Amino acid sequence: MTEKERELLELLEKSGRMSEDKIAMMLDVTVEDVTSMIQKLEKERVIIGYSTIIDWSKVNTSESVTAMIDVKVTPKRGVGFDEVAERIYRFKEVKALYLMSGTYDLSVVIEGKSMSEIARFVSDKLSTLDSVISTTTHFQLKKYKHDGIVFEDRDEDHRIVVSP
Amino acid sequence: MTMSNHLKHQPRLSQTVKQIKPSGIRRFFDLASTMEDVISLGVGEPDFSTPWNVREASIASLEQGITSYTANAGLLELRQLISGYLSKFDTNYSPENEIVVTVGASEGIDLALRATINPGDEVLIVEPCFVSYAPLVSLVGGIPVAVPTSIENGFKVIATEIEQRVTNKTKCILLSYPNNPTGAIMEKDELEEIAQIIQKHDLLVISDEIYAELTYDVNHVSVPALKGMWERTILISGFSKSFAMTGWRLGYVAAPEVYAKEMLKIHQYAMMCASTMAQYAAIEALTNGREEMENMKVSYKQRRNFFVKSLKGIGLDCHIPGGAFYAFPSITSTGLTSEEFAEKLLIEEHVAVVPGTVFGAGGEGHIRCSYATSLQQLEEALKRIDRFIKNC
Repeated sequence: MTEKERELLELLEKSGRMSEDKIAMMLDVTVEDVTSMIQKLEKERVIIGYSTIIDWSKVNTSESVTAMIDVKVTPKRGVGFDEVAERIYRFKEVKALYLMSGTYDLSVVIEGKSMSEIARFVSDKLSTLDSVISTTTHFQLKKYKHDGIVFEDRDEDHRIVVSP
Repeated sequence: MTMSNHLKHQPRLSQTVKQIKPSGIRRFFDLASTMEDVISLGVGEPDFSTPWNVREASIASLEQGITSYTANAGLLELRQLISGYLSKFDTNYSPENEIVVTVGASEGIDLALRATINPGDEVLIVEPCFVSYAPLVSLVGGIPVAVPTSIENGFKVIATEIEQRVTNKTKCILLSYPNNPTGAIMEKDELEEIAQIIQKHDLLVISDEIYAELTYDVNHVSVPALKGMWERTILISGFSKSFAMTGWRLGYVAAPEVYAKEMLKIHQYAMMCASTMAQYAAIEALTNGREEMENMKVSYKQRRNFFVKSLKGIGLDCHIPGGAFYAFPSITSTGLTSEEFAEKLLIEEHVAVVPGTVFGAGGEGHIRCSYATSLQQLEEALKRIDRFIKNC
C-alpha cells in the first residue's frame, strides 16, 4: 500500500462522495491516477462498498430499533465459529456480526421495526440454531456517535474572523 | 465639590508607545465583524480544537486542585519534555537552565528583544513577516530594518539582501521560517548560506520557529542545529500551531544560558510564570499528542494542494507554500493594491483575506489566505474570489 493510497482511503472513509477531481488536487496526482487507484482498491476488496451515514431518528416515517445481542455458541470441529457465523449473518435483519473475545462469542447487531419484531427474531431464528447456547439482548436507546461521526455535533467555529 | 473644580488630567503617555501604529489587521477585523455570512480566510490559527486528550489532561489537573504558581521557568517536567522534543531537530538544550516556558511565542519574542537590544541597535527583520516584530523592536528602542523577500525567490531570504543592510549598529536578525504570511520555508543549504553572513558579522539570531511542525514537502531545519549557530541563536517556539493550542497562550524560548538567564529575569518580574493548567495540557501534548498532530498536518497539506491549485486555476499567481497554513498569492494582475483588493473583496463578496502590506511594505501586491478552514468554505471562497476577479 502506497502513502497516496492510504491518504485516498482516509479521504473516502470520511466522505465517500468526494469527487475524483477534488481528490486528485488534494493528493497532488492526476485524475487518471485517482481513478486507477480506486479501481485497484475496489478489485482487491480493500474498498468494500460505499454507504451513507443517516440519522434515521430524524425520518419520522421510519421507526426502527437496533439491538446488540451477545451470543454464546458451540464451535464445530474443522470450521470453528465460521459455520454458525455464516448462518447468522445471512439473515437480512443482521446488520453486523463480530467474533469476540471475553464472556461470549458472537456479537450480533440487529435492526428491526419494533422491539417485538426483534424479540421474535431472537426466539424464533437465533436461539433455535443448534450451536447457540444462550443470548443476551441489549436495545440501543440513543445514538451519540457512529463510525467516528458525532450525530448531534455542535461544531461551531469560535475563531475571531481576522487574526495575525 | 463640583465637577468643574477637578483639575484636568493630561494623559501621561510614553512617546515610544504613541508612535506605534495599531496593527493593520484591526481595521479588517472591525469591518468583517459587522457582516454576516463572511467566509474568512483571514484567520491565523488552526481550525481544529485542541485534541481532547490534551484538554482532558488540563481538566484533570484542575480537578486535582493544581492551581498554584509553577517555577518561573515553567514545570521542570515540561522543560524536560521540551528539551527532548527539540532534540528531534538536532538541537540540545538543558531543561534546567536553557529553556523558559512563556505566555505564547509572542512573549518569547518580546523577552528575546528586551534581553538583547540597546536603544539605537539595528535589528534586521526579514519581511513579509508576523505583525509584531517591528513594533516590539521599537518598544525596546531598537531600530527595525526590513530585509525584503519576493515571490521570485519564493519568499526565501537571500544572503546578499542581508549583507547590504548590515551596518556597525546591526546587532540581530529576526528570522521566521516556516513563514507567516508567505508559507515559505528555508532548506538546509539555503540556511547555511545566510548562516555564513550572520557569522561573518557576528549577529545574534532570533529564530521564530512556531510553525516548525507544519512543513509538507521536506522536513524543517532548525537554525540552531546549523554549524556555529547554536551559541548565537535564541529559538522561539510554542504549542499554538502544531497542537492547535492558540488560546492556551503557551510557548517557550530555548537559548544558551547566557541569554536564557537574562530572559528568565524579565519573565520572572513581568509574568511570574505561564498558566499552570496550560502547562499540564502541554505535558500531555508532548507525551501523547504526536499522532493527532500528524493527522492535522496531513489535512493541512491536502487543503494546501487543493487551494493553491485552485488559485492558479482562477488566474492568481501563487508560489507553492512549503509550510505553515497560508497561501500568499499575487493580485497584481487585477490592477488593485493589496488594501483595495482585500477591502473590495470583503465588501462585495464577503470574503475576508488579509492584505499583504499588513506584514510589511514588501507584502504589497499580495494577499494572505489561510487555508485552515473547511473544504466547503474554501470552495465557496474560491467561487466568490473568481467572480470578484472577473468583475475587476
